[in-house]
Amino acid sequence: MGWSLFMQHLVNAISLGFVFGLVAVGYALVYGVVKLVNFAHGDVFMMAAYFMFYASVLFGFPWLAAVIFGVVMTALLGVGIEKVAYRPLRKYPRINSLVSSIGMSFLLQNFAVVVFGGIQRSFPVPEMMRKTIILGEVRIQAVSIYTIVFSILMVLLLTFILQKTKIGLAMRILSTDFDTARLMGINVDNTISFTFALGSALAAVSAVFYALRYPQIFPFMGQYPGSRAFIAAVVGGIGSIKGALIGGFLLGMLTVLLPAAFPEYSGYREALIFALLVIVLVFKPNGLFGQEAGEKA
Amino acid sequence: MLEITDLHVYYGGIHAIKGISMKVEEGRIISLIGANGAGKSTTLRTICGLKEATKGSIKYEDAELTKLDTSEIVKRGITMVPEGRRIFPNLTTYENLVAGAYLRKDKEEMRKDLEYIYGLFPVLKERETQRAGTLSGGEQQMLAIGRALMSKPKLLLFDEPSLGLAPVLVKEVFQMIRRIHNDGVTILLVEQNAYEALKLCDYGYVLETGSIVLQGTGKELLEDERVKKAYLGG
Repeated sequence: MGWSLFMQHLVNAISLGFVFGLVAVGYALVYGVVKLVNFAHGDVFMMAAYFMFYASVLFGFPWLAAVIFGVVMTALLGVGIEKVAYRPLRKYPRINSLVSSIGMSFLLQNFAVVVFGGIQRSFPVPEMMRKTIILGEVRIQAVSIYTIVFSILMVLLLTFILQKTKIGLAMRILSTDFDTARLMGINVDNTISFTFALGSALAAVSAVFYALRYPQIFPFMGQYPGSRAFIAAVVGGIGSIKGALIGGFLLGMLTVLLPAAFPEYSGYREALIFALLVIVLVFKPNGLFGQEAGEKA
Repeated sequence: MLEITDLHVYYGGIHAIKGISMKVEEGRIISLIGANGAGKSTTLRTICGLKEATKGSIKYEDAELTKLDTSEIVKRGITMVPEGRRIFPNLTTYENLVAGAYLRKDKEEMRKDLEYIYGLFPVLKERETQRAGTLSGGEQQMLAIGRALMSKPKLLLFDEPSLGLAPVLVKEVFQMIRRIHNDGVTILLVEQNAYEALKLCDYGYVLETGSIVLQGTGKELLEDERVKKAYLGG
């Protein structure tokens, strides 16, 4: 593989890594605060793509307005799911919420089949995202650059919220102890709602860039990136934001670079990726950045 | 200031608090002593709204606390130093203290209170940027007290503040409670260390399996034969 081809693959890998990473952060945020693996997260991602699709195609919103509409609707959907499917179960063993999240996943997929239809739809791709940037011999898709730039902005925004705002402090406090959080005067329900809104909004942003890459949207489109991101979150150390991003990154890299480096084995891509992940977990059972302090101290 | 009347609390099917009544007058130190499982912590948790009362009332100033959320109760000037300290290990010492002031908006006053707390516990200032999980047990107890003070409480509840501390630190914690009281905070103290608690308090209650079996001034209780026998090892 020549240098220019390698650069092309690398940019491609980084941008896919960010897409997985942002979805993985959604798992990590929710797990960190309520200790729930939200299996409906990938389907929230799918719904985001449909919100944007309908806003643009049916209601004729300008592209950017459709995206903003989609992010807001997805955040609200995340809050709604927590209210109906998880909050009533919060006082029961965690396995109940887990089962509820699997049910919610099926519900969203089948809702999409019934209401949106099972056929693939074309996600609107604006002209500026279709361009190819040519630097010497290196050809880079404009959408890859946009993905990387906007994902970095999202990560910075998320870091700011978590580290510098009051609601971010509340989220970090809830991750250790609900009762003591209440004693600080923190409203636990509102903080959890905000966590779901934030995680879902991040899923929506990554859904935009995913759909720009693969512009065919369909009711089961959330499964692949959803399961990838879940694995990324586990490899990174579930509950750790940094871990989720790096796990997503790793997965994006492997997904693109493995078949590029060994085209003859590209049929074994999934097997190779999972073998590597198993090796990581054998040596780091808590994931790369998982910490025991995430448990109750 | 605080008046509990005929309070009943259940844990599932277990009748943990069986109709207790007690009073905390402003400016006092009140102790609640008793053995493990007598219902001391449950009483404190119910006052804070962390545990629901089944029956009875907790009156505080003009409010009925059994009907309020914890955040409303904290807003009215009650907070607790919980059993086992419960500091936030992943946050810095400073962030833990800021968390205590979560509901407050008076930035200037908060800064003054922070200085006051650093005055009480200079070691917290030294550890300001350190993760709270790395502090020693004694330092964590100081942090838990400091964090509670950051909410500017009028009534401060202590749940077993001496538990798990070395004897020299136990003395220090009780001195600190006296000092905080002298600075104008009313105190309700739950302790297994009955001797220290009764020595410190103005008035005390003895709780046994969910009922108050004895009450009196600290001095009276210290001299009571039953208290001596059951709680003072004499």
